[in-house]
Amino acid sequence: MKFLTAKATTAIAAFTIAALGWSSSAFAQVSLTIYNAQHETLTQEWADAFMEDTGIPVTIRNGSDLEMGNQIIQEGANSPADIFLTENSPAMVLVDNAGLFEPLPQDILEQVEPGFRPSSGHWTGIAARSTVFAYDKNKLDEASLPKSIMDLADPAWKGRWAASPAGADFQAIVAAMLSLKGEEATSAWLKAMKENSSAYRGNRAAMAGVNNGEAEGAVIYHYYWYGDQANTKESSGNVDLHYFKNQDPGAFVSVSGGGILASSKHKDEAKQFLKWLAGPKGQAILRDGTSFEYAVGVGAASNPALVPLADLDPPKVDPSTLDNVKVTELMTAAGLL
Amino acid sequence: MATAYTEQQSGARLRFRLRVAPVTAAALVVAALSLIPVLFILYVALSSGWDTVVQLVFRPKVGELIVNTVVLEALGVPIASVLAVVIAILTERTNLPGARAWSWLMVAPLAVPAFVHSYAWNSLFPQVHGLWGAVLLSILAYLPFLYLPVAAQLRRLDPALEDTAASLGLSPFKVVWRVVIPQLRLAVCGGALLFGLHMMAEYGLFVLMRFDTFATAIVDQFQSVYNGPAANLLGGVLVLLCLLMLGLESLARGRARYARIGSGAARVTKPYDLGRLRIPALLLPALLAVFALGVPALTLSRWMILGGARIWRLDYILPALTQTLMLAVVGAILTTIAAIPIAWLSVRAPSRLQALMEAGHYYTGALPGVIIALALVTITVRMPIYQTVATLLFAYVLMFLPRAVVGLRASIAQSPVELERAATSLGRSPFKAVAATTMRLAAPGAAASAALVALGIANELTGTLMLSPNGTRTLATRFWAYTAELDFASAAPYAVLMVVLSAPLVVLLRTRAERISS
Repeated sequence: MKFLTAKATTAIAAFTIAALGWSSSAFAQVSLTIYNAQHETLTQEWADAFMEDTGIPVTIRNGSDLEMGNQIIQEGANSPADIFLTENSPAMVLVDNAGLFEPLPQDILEQVEPGFRPSSGHWTGIAARSTVFAYDKNKLDEASLPKSIMDLADPAWKGRWAASPAGADFQAIVAAMLSLKGEEATSAWLKAMKENSSAYRGNRAAMAGVNNGEAEGAVIYHYYWYGDQANTKESSGNVDLHYFKNQDPGAFVSVSGGGILASSKHKDEAKQFLKWLAGPKGQAILRDGTSFEYAVGVGAASNPALVPLADLDPPKVDPSTLDNVKVTELMTAAGLL
Repeated sequence: MATAYTEQQSGARLRFRLRVAPVTAAALVVAALSLIPVLFILYVALSSGWDTVVQLVFRPKVGELIVNTVVLEALGVPIASVLAVVIAILTERTNLPGARAWSWLMVAPLAVPAFVHSYAWNSLFPQVHGLWGAVLLSILAYLPFLYLPVAAQLRRLDPALEDTAASLGLSPFKVVWRVVIPQLRLAVCGGALLFGLHMMAEYGLFVLMRFDTFATAIVDQFQSVYNGPAANLLGGVLVLLCLLMLGLESLARGRARYARIGSGAARVTKPYDLGRLRIPALLLPALLAVFALGVPALTLSRWMILGGARIWRLDYILPALTQTLMLAVVGAILTTIAAIPIAWLSVRAPSRLQALMEAGHYYTGALPGVIIALALVTITVRMPIYQTVATLLFAYVLMFLPRAVVGLRASIAQSPVELERAATSLGRSPFKAVAATTMRLAAPGAAASAALVALGIANELTGTLMLSPNGTRTLATRFWAYTAELDFASAAPYAVLMVVLSAPLVVLLRTRAERISS
């Protein structure tokens, strides 16, 4: 009995020590840690290809844009992250405003079209996505589609459209609206949105809602539709995309960002990664893969299935002006959060 | 002589106190550690100032959430309780065809993680959403929490009372109504509490139902602002609701006595004859089985067929499997160890202090994982234990402590204290005496409650996402990541593995429940 207990205790102790060791083993070798708010599959593809090219292993921690942005700020100088990748710009702005980014060297920045990176040069665009109005093609046509995203605040649209207000994607669109139309107009639009729209959790769910006839249209990003069309089509069979264009706030093209943290202990490797990502090899994965996000590298082609980036006529917004703190405040006040 | 006797007695009491003291100390430490989340919320509330609290708590959205939560509970708990009682009577006390098989099928949904239920339904019936969708899915996912104790209690009832009632001229239906059902009160209350707390804390189940509860709103806030005061204050309101629920349950439990008097074993019960209803009565359990097992099975098979061979990426699946297993096993062991002091005290040395400490052990189970995780993230963020397995395991211990205490307490109560005393008098140290007697006898019960803990850990999502070391991928987080990207086919193997892993644990629980009652 005594022996048995001793053995059991040793086993438990060994197991626990092994478990504790597991946490530190991640830091034992020189490897890059990415705080990743981009799609996990896409970043994993990037990381695998980068590792094959350079031999540098990459560890990925996943989360959503603003969750991770705020997390990095909390962690401050102790952040284990070397690189931060997002889906949208506001989280990058958040971290940049806290002064936690390492300014990027010119050779990384020059790889990206100037419209798709902030004027500060503290981080860069790595991909882009376009706002769309995904609509039920059995219910709406050219004539009955909204001309501007601002029209959706009209009482005529009450109960007819959907969105995913809790997501960083939608909040980036609101941030663009705030930057273009000002606080008063945006606040009024959000209050009307609370009245008019139904809230889904996630853009896919919103698109599926349109597909099932629960809403006539949804404000989402373009790639959800392309992804579903290429896959099982279970959420987009009855759905088509409407691009607002005309520099409407609803034609906002959101820049996914990548930056290096000033607290990183592997800055050289981190720079190597970001250069690779914004360069031809990283951007080619956007063209050839199933992410359906736009490439933003100079001269880099996007997936040929997409409406060309040049045709989208988006509003001009400097990504570094997107203020998510204000957006959250306004959306909380409107009862959307 | 008399003085000698009292001296001897007070000496024994002193020895007993000395023996209990280290256990009390251990239980105090665990209870104090479980207070961390609620103290943290208090700290946030105090440090953000009254104005912020008013602004963030007294607003229409919070009112909306309270209404949603209360309505959800007010509908879900009674419906589930009635369903559980009716089905348990059907499977345990009537001549329903295949009663035993049905009783297994009623417990089986426990092996399907709640968010898998949710995705399965959303994929097949996207029109199911809102309040009724949320009620339906809660029942499908969590009915076993009610069914298990009620069925066990039914098997344990002494038929003498029913015979007496029948001999006094009551019809079988009236016997069930007036004699059997009242005796199920404790089991229903306990099960309903667990069911209700899960509805309050659940996130994954409601995400696709477009039904906002506190848990979903807290996660929304978390994703927008990380651990801002808004998320934590919502958590504070939720804690109050949970306390209200605990209070309601202890009121509903009442003080009536249910034990049988007299020696010997209770007679085996005779099943009621359903008569012409025998076949139609099948409809109820069959419908539940189709909804709770058939729908997930159908959706998962469809995804797997669509995915084909490409979805079985073993280089991703195997690490996720081992990490999940490791966390579940280590977490279950640690949680069970942490539960031993209070479980032992509550049986051997109940006192007011002990009751207070026990409440401390229980309340964390009522908190959504995200609240516990938020507190731990903020506290550890600048400490070396940040993002380590140690912190994650600690969170698991807090989350699943009640599950371990409940099971352990019952089995310690069944092992006679005389053995401990005999072992001590034979010269074992108190600790070794307890380990050699009570703990050995309680081992099967401890294994069952550890299984329940492991089940919880294997399917845990929010806490794991927030606290785990960089690079950790469990089955649940992989499933979550793929579904977020609409790649349902790739997500399917992870869901299937979670079900496969959980199945033996559910079998263990079911067998255990049967053994206790027989």
